[in-house]
Amino acid sequence: MHAINYEAPKSLDEAVKLLAAHGEKARPLSGGTDLLIQLRAGTRRPEFVVDIKKIPELRRISFSLQHGLKLGAAVPCIEIHENSDMRKYYPGLTEAAHLIGSLQIQSRATVGGNLCNGSPAADTTPALIALGAQARIVGPKGERMVPVDGFCLAPGRTVLQPGELLVEFHIPAPERHSSDAYLRFIPRNEMDIAVVGVGAALSLDVSDDRVVEARIGLGAVGPTPIFAAEASKSLIGKTLDAAAIENAARLAIAAATPIDDMRGTAEFRRHVVGVLTRRALAKAAERAREANQR
Amino acid sequence: MAASSSNGFRVIGTRPIRHDGVDKVTGRAKYGADYAFPGMLYGKVLRSPHPHANIKSIKIDKALALPGVKAIVTSADLPALPDKMEAAGEQAINLNHLSMNILARGKVLYDGHPIAAVAATSPHIAEEALRLIEVEYELLPPVMTVEDAMKPGATILLPSLRNKEDGPDKETNVAAHLQFKRGDVAEGFKQADYVIEREFKTAMVHQGYIEPHNAVGIYNADGHATIYCSTQGSFVVRALSAAVLGIPEGKIKVVPAEIGGGFGGKTTIYLEPLSVLLSQKTGHPVKLTMTRAEVLRATGPTSGSTIRCKMGATKDGKIVAAQCWLAYEAGAFPGSPVGAGAMTILAPYNIPNILVDAYDVVVNRPKTAAYRAPGASNAAMASETVLDELAEKCGIDPLEMRLLNGSEEGTPQTVGPPFKRIGFKETVEAIKNSDHYKSKLTGPNRGRGVASGFWFNVGLQSSATVNIHTDGTVSVVIGSVDIGGTRAAQAMIAAEVLGVDINDVRPTIADTDSIGHTDVTGGSRTCFATGWAVYEAAQDCVRQLKERAAKLWEKKPDEVVFENGMLKPAQPGGELKPMSIKQIAPRLARTGGPIVGRATVNARGVGPAFATVCVDVEVDPDTGKTQILRATIAQDAGKAIHPSYVEGQMQGGMAQGLGWGLNEEYFYDDRGILRNTGLLDYRMPTCLDLPPIETIIVEVPTPGHPLGIRGVGEVSIVPPPAALANAIYRAVGVRMTELPMSPPRVLKAILQKRAAGEAQAAAAD
Amino acid sequence: MANKVIVETNINGDPVELLCEPRQSLLEVLRDVLELTGSKEGCLTGDCGACTVVIDGRPVCSCLMLGVEATGKNITTVEGLASGTSLHVLQQKFLEHASLQCGICTPGFLMSSKALLDRNPNPTEAEIRYALAGNLCRCTGYDKIVRAVTDAAAALAGRTRPAHGTVPSETASGMAGEMLAKGEAK
Repeated sequence: MHAINYEAPKSLDEAVKLLAAHGEKARPLSGGTDLLIQLRAGTRRPEFVVDIKKIPELRRISFSLQHGLKLGAAVPCIEIHENSDMRKYYPGLTEAAHLIGSLQIQSRATVGGNLCNGSPAADTTPALIALGAQARIVGPKGERMVPVDGFCLAPGRTVLQPGELLVEFHIPAPERHSSDAYLRFIPRNEMDIAVVGVGAALSLDVSDDRVVEARIGLGAVGPTPIFAAEASKSLIGKTLDAAAIENAARLAIAAATPIDDMRGTAEFRRHVVGVLTRRALAKAAERAREANQR
Repeated sequence: MAASSSNGFRVIGTRPIRHDGVDKVTGRAKYGADYAFPGMLYGKVLRSPHPHANIKSIKIDKALALPGVKAIVTSADLPALPDKMEAAGEQAINLNHLSMNILARGKVLYDGHPIAAVAATSPHIAEEALRLIEVEYELLPPVMTVEDAMKPGATILLPSLRNKEDGPDKETNVAAHLQFKRGDVAEGFKQADYVIEREFKTAMVHQGYIEPHNAVGIYNADGHATIYCSTQGSFVVRALSAAVLGIPEGKIKVVPAEIGGGFGGKTTIYLEPLSVLLSQKTGHPVKLTMTRAEVLRATGPTSGSTIRCKMGATKDGKIVAAQCWLAYEAGAFPGSPVGAGAMTILAPYNIPNILVDAYDVVVNRPKTAAYRAPGASNAAMASETVLDELAEKCGIDPLEMRLLNGSEEGTPQTVGPPFKRIGFKETVEAIKNSDHYKSKLTGPNRGRGVASGFWFNVGLQSSATVNIHTDGTVSVVIGSVDIGGTRAAQAMIAAEVLGVDINDVRPTIADTDSIGHTDVTGGSRTCFATGWAVYEAAQDCVRQLKERAAKLWEKKPDEVVFENGMLKPAQPGGELKPMSIKQIAPRLARTGGPIVGRATVNARGVGPAFATVCVDVEVDPDTGKTQILRATIAQDAGKAIHPSYVEGQMQGGMAQGLGWGLNEEYFYDDRGILRNTGLLDYRMPTCLDLPPIETIIVEVPTPGHPLGIRGVGEVSIVPPPAALANAIYRAVGVRMTELPMSPPRVLKAILQKRAAGEAQAAAAD
Repeated sequence: MANKVIVETNINGDPVELLCEPRQSLLEVLRDVLELTGSKEGCLTGDCGACTVVIDGRPVCSCLMLGVEATGKNITTVEGLASGTSLHVLQQKFLEHASLQCGICTPGFLMSSKALLDRNPNPTEAEIRYALAGNLCRCTGYDKIVRAVTDAAAALAGRTRPAHGTVPSETASGMAGEMLAKGEAK
C-alpha cells in the first residue's frame, strides 16, 4: 500500500475543513471495510485518510414517532441491529444492515460507508431507497439534502463533491400501518455480495388492505441502486392481492438493467428480481398489517 | 506386542488431545509467515496481468531506485534447465516447466504468472516497487478451455511440447493421451438393455487452504541456505528448490513450519527459491508471503474438465460396458490429474468391458497442483450420476445397484491387477443401514442422493526415530508435517507398541537435516507409511529393550518377552520381577547407553480407499438455490488410529466436495483474466452452508500393514458432487451435468424442464 | 515512511504504546510490530476471519482496521484468551473435540466464539453457526467446531457435555430448518 496520512477530526467543522483543504487527495474513513481493501488493491490512492468515527453527529441514532429517524452515517451496522426502535420501526433496513458480511464486518461497517462506496450491490441502499431516505451532506459551501435514490451516479461514483461529507440519513416517521422488508439473493447463506437485492416499504389502509404508499428499491441489477418508480406507483391505491404484486414484480423486472458477471447472469438476475419483489412485498405487507405504530 | 488383534488395542482407537494442541489454541504455534529474523527483508512478486503474452522487455531501474528496495530478480537470475523429468514424491515434474512457473521465461502463460520478485525493507515498499517495474508485452490470444486448446490450428502455448501420438514434428497443446481398455465395449453395449450417455463439464477449483503460501530464505556466506516454509513436504521443497536454483541439494536445509492447510496444493514450490535467491542477492533473510489473490491466481488449483461417460446395463442392473472420455485442464504446463481421473472413474465397479481415453491439455490458466484425490471428484461426478440414472432405468435402488456391481477382492482394477481385500461394499452397506438412509425425507422440492468414490492412496518413503529417554518417556521424530493430527496419531502408534502412556510420548517434526528422507504428505500416505515407520522404529526399541533386560537379568535376549508394556522373563516364575520402560530407562546407561529405535520404509501394499455418501437437499424452485439438509459419509479407514481425526478427514473432504458441487469455481472473463480473486467470490462453504456431517468409520484392515491402516485423507472428497447432483434430481427432477451446480444453472435447468413440460402439455391438448 | 505515529492502546489487559505507519493494518501492527503472531492473515479482505480479534467486546477483522484506529481501544487477541497457564474453556473444548486440524483458522474461531459467548452464554446451534459464518475453515467441515462451542457454553453454564457420536437426525434436520428460514430471509 502507498503511504497515507491519518487524521481523526472530532467535530464536523474540523472534518469539513480537512476534507476541503485536501480536496480529491482526501477520502473519509468510516468502517473501512471497503476502503482498506481498495487502498490495498490500489484502486483508490488518497494521500489523506480522514477518520470520521470520532464525530458525535455521525455516530448517533435518534428516533421519535413525531420526527422519524436520524441515522448517523458512521453508525456501525451491528448497533443498528441492536437498537430496538430500528428493529421495530425499520425492520427491513435493520435486516439489510444485519446482512452485510459477517459479525466482524458489521462491527465496523456503516450504512454511510455502504452508500458512499457507490457499489450497486450495497445491501442497505435499496432499503434506504424504499424508506424514502434523504442524505444530509455537509461541505465547504454549506449543507444540502439529497434523496438516497439519487445519490449514486455510477459504480464507485456518487454526488459527493470533494470536501463534502455525508453526515446522516433522515427517514420519515412510520405511518400507522407501515413497514419495510429487504431481501437479497446470494449463492451461499452468508458472506456473499448481493446478486440481487430488493427493498420494499409499504403503508397500508388496513380497513380494505389498500396500499397508501409503496416504494421499491433494487440492488445489484444496474450500474447504481435503482428506485423502481413504476413498480412502486403501480401499487398505490390498489388492494395488495396476488395480481397487484405480480404486476409490481413485472414492472420491477422492467426497471432492472443487469449484466452477466461472476455473481450471476443477467437472465438469472431479472428472474430473481421478480421472485424477491414478490417475497419482499409480501413480507413488508405482513409486517405492515401487524404494525400499529401510533 | 498386542497390536496384532484388531480389538486388543490400548491406545489406538482412543481420542487423546493432540500434542501440538495447546500451541495451536494459544497462538504460539509458528506457521511459515510467523517467522521473523533480525534484518529480515520482505519480498513481493510482480505478476502478469495477461493470460498469454511474449515478454518483450522488463525494466527495473525505477523500482530499484525506490528507497528501501534492495534487490529485484527475474528469470535471468535463474539457471536455464533442460526439459527433464524429476521425481517429486507422488509425481514427476519437468524442471524446465517448474522453473518457468517460478519466474516466467520469455513468455507469460496465465493471469498471475510471476515475472519478477522484489526485496525491500517493508512489504509496502516492496509492493510499491512492483508498480515501478515496466514490462512490455506482446499479447497473444488466450486459450482457456480444453475444447479450444484441442482444436486443429489452436494457438500453441508451449512451442516445444510434443506428444507420442502426433510425433516429434507436430506442435500441440495435448501433452498426453492415455488409454485403458478391457474386453470389448462395442460387444458389451450390445448386451445392454439400457444405455446412458452424458457429457459433463466441471469448473476449475482451488484447494482453498486458509494459510497463503510463504517462505523465509536465509542464504549464508558459506553457500548454505535455510528455508522456513509451510509445506506438505520439506524434502520435496529442498530437492526442487535446489534444482531450480542450481544449488546442490545438500546445501539447503528446509525447516517445515506448521502448515495452515494444503490439501495437495503445498506439494510443490512457488516462493521458496525466490526467498533464497533474494537472500543471496541481499545478504539478508527474506520473507515472502502471498496475498489471497496471488494464491488464487497462481497456485493450486485443480483441473476443470470435460468428461463424456457412457454406461450400459442389463435389465437386472448388471453393468456390462462403460466408455469414458476425459480431457483435463493441466494449466500452463503439462501435468493434470487426468490419468488418475481415468483410473478412478470406473474403479468401484466390476465391469467386463471398458474403454477409457484421457487427455492432458495445456491452457492459459495456472499450472494445476494436486488437490485431495486429484482428478477423482471430476470423474466421479460423471460416472456416479450416470450410474444413478442407470439404476433408475433398471428400477433398482441406487445403493443396491452399487452392491450388485461393486468391486471386491479379486475384481480387476482399471490398470489390470486385481484388488486385494477392500471395503467398498462395506461402505455401501454402512450407508444402507444408517439412520440417515433409513429415515424418511418428506416435503416439497427435497431429494436424497447417494454416490461412492475410490482413491488409490500411496505408500512411498518415510523415516522415523523413536528415543527412549532416561526417565522412560519417549520422543518420536518424523519428517511428515502435522497437517491435522499427525503428531497425535504417530505418538499413539509408538505408545501402543511401547506400552507407555500417550502423554509420555512427545512427537517432533524434524527439518531435512534431522531426519531421513521422507516423502510428501500426500496420497493419504502419512498415517499408513510414516505410521509404519514409527511402528517399526518402536519395535526396534522393543528389540533393544529386550537385549538390555536380558543383560540385567543375565539371560539371552530370546528369553525375555515384552507384553503390555512390561519386560518379562519368557519363563514365568523365579525371582525376576517384570520391568516397565520407566523402570528400565534409568538403567540403560549401565547396559550400553541410550536406546534409539529407527526405521525407514518404502511402503508397499497400499490399501485403496472407498467412501459412500448420502445427502439430502432442498432446492428453491424459484431461485435454483440448493440447501443441504443432511449429510452422512461412510468410509473405510482400515484401522482408525485417532477416530476424531479420521472423522475430521471425512468431514473436511466432504465439506470441500459439497463446496465443489454447489458454488466453487474459477471465473475467467473473455480476456482470460480471473475475476474472482478473493474469498468473497470464490465461494467456499461457511458453517451456515453445511449441516452437521455424520460419519461412519468402516474398518476393513489393509492386508500386510502391521496395524491395518488405510489412508483416510482424500477419498471423502470424491463422492459429494455426484451425490448432490443425484439429490437435486430427486428434489426437482433435473439432471445436472455441470459443476458447480450454482443457482443460475439449476434455475435454468428447472425453467427449461418446466418449458418443455408446458410445450408437451400444449402439444397434447 | 517517515510519518510514523504513536498509538496508545490496551492489548490483552495491558496498556501498550507503539509506533506504526498509518498504512499498517491492526493485523500488521499486532504481528510485525508487537510480535503477536497468533492472529493470522488469510485473505486481507475480511472474508476468512483468521485475523479476528475482540475490540471493546465485538469481533473485528484486524486486517480491515488501521493500527492507528486502535487508539483508546481494548483489544483481546488469542494470546490473551488463557489466564496464565489455565486455558479458556473454549480452548479446552476445541482440544477435546478435535476442532482443529491444521489450526490456522483456530485463533479466529476462538475469538469469534468468545465474543459470542460473552454476549450470549446460551446460544442455539443456529446462533453459533451464524456467529461463526465470518470464519472460514477448510479442514473440518465445521462440525467439531460447532460442537466445541456448544460444549463450552454448556461448561460455562455448569451443564454436562453431550456425548461423542453422530448428531441425532432430529437435531440435524431441525438445524437445517432454521438455516432454511434464515436462507430465505437472505
